[in-house]
Amino acid sequence: MLITRRAEFSASHVCAQPSLTLEQNRELYGAAANPSGHGHNYVLEVTLEGDPDPVTGMVFDLKKLKDLIQQAVIEPMDHRFLNYEVPPFDKIVPTTENVAAEIWSRLSQHFGAGNPRLNNVRLYETDDLFVDYTGARS
Amino acid sequence: MRVTRRYRFAAAHRLHSPAFTEQQNRELYGKCNNPYGHGHDYVLDVTAEGPIQPASGQVVHISTLDRLVTERVLRDFDHRYFNADLPEFKELVPTSENIMRVIENRLMTHWSEVFPGAWPRLEGIRLRETKRNFFQLKP
Repeated sequence: MLITRRAEFSASHVCAQPSLTLEQNRELYGAAANPSGHGHNYVLEVTLEGDPDPVTGMVFDLKKLKDLIQQAVIEPMDHRFLNYEVPPFDKIVPTTENVAAEIWSRLSQHFGAGNPRLNNVRLYETDDLFVDYTGARS
Repeated sequence: MRVTRRYRFAAAHRLHSPAFTEQQNRELYGKCNNPYGHGHDYVLDVTAEGPIQPASGQVVHISTLDRLVTERVLRDFDHRYFNADLPEFKELVPTSENIMRVIENRLMTHWSEVFPGAWPRLEGIRLRETKRNFFQLKP
């Protein structure tokens, strides 16, 4: 069974590589390369997979999941400029893909291979663009 | 990793198959068989899959995907009547299932021209006809 918790955070970022010119960065990232940065209302959906506990009837306590997301993702990233304030985005470009992979890595530390396990991280950068990550195997 | 980009187009269609009588068509397709057609605001999700490219931090170059979908699908589909305006639907009934097949075919035909490497590959297409029904296809 899959259970999903949704959370939101607002953050700014700029997608550009220091080794490239502005022209090359614009070619690669479009307006997202504009040097002063811009922001999004990110929507995060965290999905766990497991069997409901026979006693509690729950796969995982959703309040616990909420707190975990809050502490690992929302508090450090909400209302921040990712490139300047949230490592590792001082070193790697905060594309939606890289932010999703970072969120996976932060959350997966709390879940093993057992029950429940982290199944999917979906990160919406806008209503029209989102990334799904299921760990290194994908 | 999968990256999904959402597109929209507005188009008209009429569900009517020459394989059936007028009466059978009405029974099969109901209101969708009304003679002059009707339209929807379709929502098309295109999902690309692949590893994050270390050089760019991206799975797919979004503006390249946008150009492909716009040139091969949206430009022909948006504000058109499938039955009258698109050659694929001269014979084929423009159900959402068939529209998805046509979209898949158009994207796959030109995919390797714009994405010549092993990645990204087209992972899936999802077409929402109304808020209450949607269709998914994995190539």
